[in-house]
Amino acid sequence: MMKDGFKNRSEFYGANLNCFTQKHISKDLLIDECKSYLNQKYRLALISAQDYASECYVSYLFLKSDPDSRVELIVKIDSSDRSVPSLGMLSFPASRFEREINDVFGIVPLGHPFLRPLVRHANWPSDWHPMAHGSSKTPPLVSGQNEFPFVLVEGQGVFEIPVGPVHAGLIEPGHFRFSVVGESIVRMKSRLWYLHKGLEKMFEGKSIFEALKLSEQISGDSAVAHSLAFVLAVEDCLNVNPNRDVAIERARLLELERVYNHVNDIGAMCNDVGYSMANSYAQIIKEQLLSLNLKITGHRLLRGKVNYGQETPGCHFYADTIDSVIQKFIDLTNLINDNSNILDRFVGTAILSAEDAYSLGVLGIVAKASSITYDARYDHPFASKTPGDKSIIEKTGDVFSRYNVRVREVFESLKFIKDPYGCNNANIQFDSKIYKNIVKSGFGIVEGWRGTVVTRVELDENNLIKRYKIVDPSFLNWPALSVALNETIVPDFPLVNKSFNLSYAGNDL
Amino acid sequence: MSLFGSVTSLLQILFVLLMAPLLNGIMLKVKSRAERRVGPPILQTFYDLRKLFKKETLRSNNSTFIFTLAPLILISSTVVVIVVSPIITTGELFNGSGDLFAIVFILLIGSMSIALLGLDAATAFGGMGSSRAATITSLSEPALLVSVIALSVQAKSTNLSVIVLGNVHHVSWLLSPSHILAISALLIVIFAEAGRLPVDNPATHLELTMIYEAMILESSGENLALVKLSEFMRFTFLLCIASNLFFPFGIDSTKSWIFIGISCILLAIKLIFIVGLIALFETTQAKLRLFRVPELLAGAFVLAILATISGIVV
Repeated sequence: MMKDGFKNRSEFYGANLNCFTQKHISKDLLIDECKSYLNQKYRLALISAQDYASECYVSYLFLKSDPDSRVELIVKIDSSDRSVPSLGMLSFPASRFEREINDVFGIVPLGHPFLRPLVRHANWPSDWHPMAHGSSKTPPLVSGQNEFPFVLVEGQGVFEIPVGPVHAGLIEPGHFRFSVVGESIVRMKSRLWYLHKGLEKMFEGKSIFEALKLSEQISGDSAVAHSLAFVLAVEDCLNVNPNRDVAIERARLLELERVYNHVNDIGAMCNDVGYSMANSYAQIIKEQLLSLNLKITGHRLLRGKVNYGQETPGCHFYADTIDSVIQKFIDLTNLINDNSNILDRFVGTAILSAEDAYSLGVLGIVAKASSITYDARYDHPFASKTPGDKSIIEKTGDVFSRYNVRVREVFESLKFIKDPYGCNNANIQFDSKIYKNIVKSGFGIVEGWRGTVVTRVELDENNLIKRYKIVDPSFLNWPALSVALNETIVPDFPLVNKSFNLSYAGNDL
Repeated sequence: MSLFGSVTSLLQILFVLLMAPLLNGIMLKVKSRAERRVGPPILQTFYDLRKLFKKETLRSNNSTFIFTLAPLILISSTVVVIVVSPIITTGELFNGSGDLFAIVFILLIGSMSIALLGLDAATAFGGMGSSRAATITSLSEPALLVSVIALSVQAKSTNLSVIVLGNVHHVSWLLSPSHILAISALLIVIFAEAGRLPVDNPATHLELTMIYEAMILESSGENLALVKLSEFMRFTFLLCIASNLFFPFGIDSTKSWIFIGISCILLAIKLIFIVGLIALFETTQAKLRLFRVPELLAGAFVLAILATISGIVV
C-alpha cells in the first residue's frame, strides 16, 4: 500500500530506473572490471567497506552521465584474508578510498602504489581499526607510532613553513606544510582529519529519522546537501519517491543553500585580498538570504526542512526579496569586476589544468572552473526541473574561474528559486513502517554547493541504519589544492584556499 | 638650553603620543562606516594599548635579549625623530639637527630592530615577515632618499626646519612640479613603510599574507604595546612631516606660545582630514600581489628622480 504522493520508483524515474546495475564479482576480476568501466568514462564515486558479523564486503560505485548510469561492484572479503586488489594504479580517487579503508577497517589494498595513513591519527594504536567488526571502543592513545611520512624537499634555499592545525582565524583545523624557495611554493602537503569524530559509526543503529538529524550536521554549511543525500539514499533503499512537487521543493532548498554559500565565498575571497568593502557588501546580501531562509524554512541554515514526506513550498511568496538580492548581487559583481587590483590578484592565480582536474577526479566548483562538465543536478537528477540546462563551466582553472563559476551559479540559482514552478502546497505524510526494505542498499547523489555528495546506505530488517557511507566532494578535492598551488606564491595561499573553500568537517567525518 | 626649546620638544612628543592612537581609531571608524559597519569606538586603540600594557609578556624559549631590546630601540628611535623634526614649530630645541638624511636613517634603525624582532623567536612566520619587510624597505628607501634630495634643492638645505620654513615663505615652491612629484613619491613610501593598503593589510589575520603583523606575532603584553604604539607614532610622524611639507600653513615659526597652541589645533585638524581620506582610499583598494609591490615602489623612485631633475633644472 503506497500512501498518496509517494510513488514507486519505476513510475517516477521511468526509463531511468534501468540506470542502476549491481554486480557481484570475485576479487581476481575486480581490476579488469574497473579498468573497463574507467575506460568507458565512468568515474569512481565511492568505495565503501562493510564489515558485519555474518559477512564482509567492499562496494565500488561507478557513475556516468548522459545517460545517467550507475554501476555497483561488490567484492566479498574472506575473514581469513582481509585484503582487496588495489585500484590505486588505475584511479587516484581509488587510492584515497583504499587508504581510508585500510586505516579504519584494516582491509589492505594489495599493490597500492603509496600506502600511508590517511584518516589514521598518529596516536592511534597501530593495530586498532575503529570500523572493523568487533573493534573495541576507543583505546588509550599511544605515541610514537604511525608518524606521517612528510616528504622533505631538499636543496639550496628551501625552507619549510608548517601552518596549523590551529590557525589565527576562525577556521577549522588542518595542517599545511609548505616547502618554499623564497616566496614560491615548491610543494604543499595538507594533513587533515583533525576533525575525525567517527561519524559513520554514529549512524549505525539509528532510525532513519534520528539519522536524518545527524546527517544535517555533517558539515554545517551543507545541511541540505548532506541531509538530502541521506534522504535520497534511504528512499532508494525503500524503493519509493515522493511526488514531483516535493522533489522540486528539495531542489529549491538546495539552491537556497548554494546561493548563500557562494555569496559568502565571494565576499571572503575579496576579504582575503584586503578588499573589505566588497566583503561587507557580500555580508549584507548573505544576511538578506539567511533571513529569507528563516522565513521559508524556520532555520537560517536551512536545517529541519528536508524530510521524507512533507515540504511546504513558499519561495515564490518572496519574489521581492529575491529581486532585491539579484540587484545587490549585480552591484557587488560590478564592484569586484571594476577593480583592477582584484582582477590582478584573481586572474592567473593557482591554475588547476583540466587534465590534472580530471585525473584527480575533482568535483563541483573546482571541476567546473577547470572546464569539467560534471554536475549531479543534470547528470543524476532527482527532480524533474533543474536550474539552467547544463553545468556552468569556465576554461582557465584559476581563482578567477572559480569566482566566475560561483557568480554565474548564483544568478541561475536565484532565477530557479524565484520560479513558482511546482509550488503547490504539497503536504505528504510518510510512514516508514509501510515500506518494506526490499533493495537492502541505496545511493544518494546530490550536487551540493561545493560539489557532488554521494552516499550509500544499508538498512536492516527493522529499517535501522546498518551502515552509512558519506563522500563529501572535499574528500576528492583536497589533493587538487596542493596541485594548483604549484608555482604560486605563499601570500596567495589564503586566497587560493578560499577559492576552493573545502570542508574540513565533511572530509574528516 | 632654552625653556622654549625644551617645552616644545616635550609638547611635540606629547602631541604625537596622543594623536597616534586617536588617528588609528578614527581610521578604523571611517573604514567601518564606509563599509556600513558600526565599528569600534574612536578611543578603542587607547583601551587596547592600556590592556596590552597591563598584560603579562610571554617569551618564546628560543628568544634572546633582542626580544626585549627591539621594541625599546623602536620606540626610542621614534621619539628621537619626533624631537628633532618640525612638527608644531620650526623653532624647537634641536633645530639644527633635524637633517632629513639623519631622520631617514634613524627611522631605518627602528625598521631594522623590528625585522630582527621578527627573526628572533625563530618561527617561520616571523622570518617570512622580516624578509618581506626588509625587501620592501630596501626598495622604498632609495625613493625616500631621492625625494628628500628633491625637496632640499629649492631650500638649498637638507634641514627639515629650513625646508618647511622656506615653504611657508615661498608659497610658489609648493606648487612647483618638483615639489608635487616629490610629495607623491613620499606618499607612496609612507603607505609602504606604514604597512597600509595596498602594500600590507593591517587588519589581516592570515598568517601567510602578513608583513608587519607577522614580525610581531610572537610579541605580547608590554612588548607588543610598545611596538604597536611606536607603529602608530611612526605613521603619525610621517603624516605630520608630509602635511608640513605640502601644506605648512599654521605651523609656528614665531616662537610664541599662542601660535604653538594654534599650530597644534590646526595640525590636528589637518591630520584628521588626511587619515579620513586615507581610510576612504583604503576601502577602495585591494592588497597588491606581493610581487607587484616592487613595481609600485619603483614608480615612487621614478617620481622622486623626476622631482630632483625638475628641481635642479627649473
